[in-house]
Amino acid sequence: MASDGPTPLERFINGILPENPVYRQLLGMCPVLAVTNSMQNAITMAGAVMFVLICANILISLIRGLLKPHLRILVFTLTIATFVTIADRVLAAYMYETSKSLGPFIPLIIVNCLIICRCEVCSSKQGIVTSISDAIGQSLGFGIGLASMAMVRELLATGGLFGTEWIWYGDNEKYRWSLMGLPPGAFFTLGILLGLVNWLTAKKKTN
Amino acid sequence: MDLTAIIIIAVSAAILNNFVLINFVGICPFIGVSRRVDMAFGMGCAVTFVITIAATLSWFFTYFFLQQGAPWATAIYQQFTGDVNAVSDLTILSYIIYIFVIASSVQFVEMVVRKFYPPLYKSFGVFLPLITTNCAILFACLEIMKHVSGEPVEAAKWGILPSLTLAFFGGVGFTIAIVLMAGLREELELCDVPKSLKGAGITLLIAGILAMAFLGFTGMKSTLEGEAKTQEAGKFEPDKVLSSPKLAWPVDKKTN
Repeated sequence: MASDGPTPLERFINGILPENPVYRQLLGMCPVLAVTNSMQNAITMAGAVMFVLICANILISLIRGLLKPHLRILVFTLTIATFVTIADRVLAAYMYETSKSLGPFIPLIIVNCLIICRCEVCSSKQGIVTSISDAIGQSLGFGIGLASMAMVRELLATGGLFGTEWIWYGDNEKYRWSLMGLPPGAFFTLGILLGLVNWLTAKKKTN
Repeated sequence: MDLTAIIIIAVSAAILNNFVLINFVGICPFIGVSRRVDMAFGMGCAVTFVITIAATLSWFFTYFFLQQGAPWATAIYQQFTGDVNAVSDLTILSYIIYIFVIASSVQFVEMVVRKFYPPLYKSFGVFLPLITTNCAILFACLEIMKHVSGEPVEAAKWGILPSLTLAFFGGVGFTIAIVLMAGLREELELCDVPKSLKGAGITLLIAGILAMAFLGFTGMKSTLEGEAKTQEAGKFEPDKVLSSPKLAWPVDKKTN
C-alpha cells in the first residue's frame, strides 16, 4: 500500500519542533500541568507516553484497513487502554514510588488527546514505518515540553533537579519559590513558556 | 456514612480539590470552550450530566465485578471452577471497562437527549462527543475505584452515595471553574493583550491566578476536618505540601 502524505523523516522532525505537541498543538495539557512538579515525574511520564504511543501507532497502522469510520474512536481508545494498563502495571512493579506520585495520571494517558490525535492523523492513514517515526518524533517533542516545564518548576520550587538540592542548598531557603511546585505555578510556567515560544517563532519569521 | 462525611466529600470535590484548577483534569475544554459564558455553561452541564451517569455505572462495575473478591464475579468464577474458595480479582480490566462505560454512556446520553429533548440537544449537543476524551470523567471513575477496590477493609469502601456525591460535585466544580474563566475571557476581549500571549497563553496565566484563589480555600479544609475526621476525596493536599520541609514557606530565621 503506497503511503502518501509526509515521509517518515518529515513526520519525525515535525513532532520535535514545528508541530511540538505541547507548545504548538496544545495537546495533552493535563499531564503537562500536573506531573511537571519534578523532573523524575516528568521523565517517567514522557517514557510512559512514548511506550503507549509507539505501541498504539503500530497496532492501529496494522489494522487501518479494517477500521470502520464510526467505530474508530472506540477502537483507538480501547487499544490505548490496553497498552496503558501494561505501562501502569510495569511502573507499579519497578518504580513504585514514582508511579504513586504520578497517581491517576498514568491511567489518564488513555484520554490524552495527543495519542488519539496521532492515531487519527497519522497511523490510521499511513504505513507502519511512518507511524513509528511519527510516534517517536511526537513523543520526543512531548518529552522535551514536559522536561522544560519541569526544569523551570523544580528549579524554582526546590532549588535542584531530580530531588537533589545542589544549587541553593542550606540556609538559603528563602530563595525557594514554593508556589511553583503548587498548581498555580504550573499554569504560570506554561503560560509564560508558551508566550516565549510564540514570541521567538514570530521573531524568526520576520527576520 | 453520615451526612457530615457526605458534605465534606461534596465541598472537597467542588472547591477544595477542584477538578480543573487543583487536580488539572479537563484542561482541554477549559482552554478550548471557555470563550463565551453560555457555551461554557452548556459544556459544564453536559460534563456534570455525563460524569454522574458514568460514575454510577463504574461504581456498579467496580463493586460487583472488578474489585478483589467482588461478589458477582466471584460467584460466576466459583460456578465455573467448582472451587468454593476461589476469589476473583479483575482489577486489571478496570481501565478498559471504564473507558468503555464512558464512551457508551456518552453515546447513550447523546441519543436520549436528541430523541426526547431537542432544544437541550441544540444547546449542548455539540459538546457531547468531545466529552469522551475529557479527563475529568475518567478521573472521577479512578477516584471512585481508589476508594472501592483500593480499600482493603470492607467497611471503609465507598457505597453508591459518596461516589455519586463526588462525581456530581466534581462536575459542579468543573462548571464553576469554566464559567468563571469564560466570564474573565469575555472581559478580556476588550483588552490589549501582547500578541504572543493571545489565546492560550493569557488563558493559562489567568488560570494561574484563579488557582491561587482556589488554593486559598485550603484553610477551610482543616476546619472541616477538625469537625469530623474522614477521608478526603482527592489526592492533592496543599496544606501538607506547604508544611513539608522540602517546600516549606520561606521563613526568615532571624526574625523568628
